[in-house]
Amino acid sequence: MNELLLRSLTPSVLGILVRRGADFAAAEDAVQDALVEAVRTWPADPPRDPKGWLVAVAWRRFLDATRAEAARRRREDRVEEEPPPGPAPAVDDTLQLYFLCAHPSLTASSAVALTLRAVGGLTTRQIAQAYLVPEATMAQRISRAKRTVAGVRFDQPGDVATVLRVLYLVFNEGYSGDVDLAAEAIRLTRQLAAAIDHPEVAGLLALMLLHHARRGARVTPDGGLVPLAEQDRGRWDRESIAEGVEILQAALARDRLGEFQAQAAIAALHADAPTTEDTDWVQIVEWYDELVQLTDSPVVRLNRAVAVGEADGPRAGLAALAALDSTLPRYAAVAAYLHERDGDPATAARLYAEAARKAPNLAERDHLTRQAARLNTGGSPRTP
Amino acid sequence: MAKYLLLKHYRGAPAAVNDVPMEKWTPAEISAHVRYMNDFAARLEETGEFVDSQALAPEGMWVRYDGEGRPPVTDGPFAETKDLIAGWMVIDVDSQERAVELAAELSAEPGAGGRPIHEWLEVRPFLTKSPTITE
Repeated sequence: MNELLLRSLTPSVLGILVRRGADFAAAEDAVQDALVEAVRTWPADPPRDPKGWLVAVAWRRFLDATRAEAARRRREDRVEEEPPPGPAPAVDDTLQLYFLCAHPSLTASSAVALTLRAVGGLTTRQIAQAYLVPEATMAQRISRAKRTVAGVRFDQPGDVATVLRVLYLVFNEGYSGDVDLAAEAIRLTRQLAAAIDHPEVAGLLALMLLHHARRGARVTPDGGLVPLAEQDRGRWDRESIAEGVEILQAALARDRLGEFQAQAAIAALHADAPTTEDTDWVQIVEWYDELVQLTDSPVVRLNRAVAVGEADGPRAGLAALAALDSTLPRYAAVAAYLHERDGDPATAARLYAEAARKAPNLAERDHLTRQAARLNTGGSPRTP
Repeated sequence: MAKYLLLKHYRGAPAAVNDVPMEKWTPAEISAHVRYMNDFAARLEETGEFVDSQALAPEGMWVRYDGEGRPPVTDGPFAETKDLIAGWMVIDVDSQERAVELAAELSAEPGAGGRPIHEWLEVRPFLTKSPTITE
């Protein structure tokens, strides 16, 4: 049985239940139950109409739960009987679900969890494992998120930007446990791109595909980080790059630039270069200038300083760096790199060690410590 | 979404405001203290922020490798150890501000006289996995 196909039906099945009048929280639980039932019974007895089957089972679960609830409360409300099974309504509810699950009233972690469950069709256990928290905690996070959006009208248009931020967070979480969150983020962004025509959705999808393409080359078998300049570009996934570039070009042609398109453009220029030296750094700096205009982010300015260092030499990079706040994350790492390129290994070694102490993650810390060690022991210069 | 460790010390932390050793509290004050800790953990589970909570015995030992074919060397416990960890709580929160807020709430646990201990807690961020997008 194709689990991805099954999960891809989640948002439309849930949308149908909500349109029939089920409240979102109860409908979402019912759809989860139906998915579990499908995993159990489909291998031996595959339905002819998978979506119709899911709608029927989920609706029955919803009615059962509502009846049980009603009985418990000794209410006498008559619950509506199951409507005749038929073709799904033409309205696409998928987009509304993305908006609801990324609603601005939710915290980032709640929006991520709710999106993965209600749109992605992942189980609470899978989401908990991916984020390394107990299942009970994740269950509470999800049910709180559902309560938070309980009063939100389902048919109101939402903000695409908030949805994109949630999907970006999921992608950046990468891979842990048995769920590949990067691949899941790509799937969800692809599905969103099919539901709404928006250049920034395309931009984010392109950005993800271009970065995902490098995955095999960016870590060593023992988990060490391989910087872009040292990656074996023969191991980049050319198919994924080609798709990302094509999606990006179509988006850029519409002349409504946004930050994800600009970031994707930078990733595309890297993807295009056979080596670091052959990279079109001048154009990359131009894209960083666009990004600074769009976001005014200090992190973007920091990355721009690296690009300036490649385009105009390390002195120019250090000058660009001097204008920035030295307490920025990764400032010391960038300074170390530029000082080494500028022929000052002693300063570089000191800064690499400082950067390692401040590194936010283990792989980066180990990588920076190795750089400091390489310089301190007079080892070979950085491989091209 | 970041994990933080809230570290409680038997020894080694700066002195609390209400700094009376537990054995000098009344039994009712000890019960109130334990109840506060349990309620705090339960509340964090409800907010979807709880990861783990553990307490450690005050007495342990030091162990080190002593070479091929030799048994490990053990030593201690040392009564004079300066820094003695009592236990911890791990939380998964949206911001450092939230981690600090929760640590302060935990530090308000009641002690002698039923008044908050104002205990110093050490707050340490976890190193994360490396993100997919870095440039």
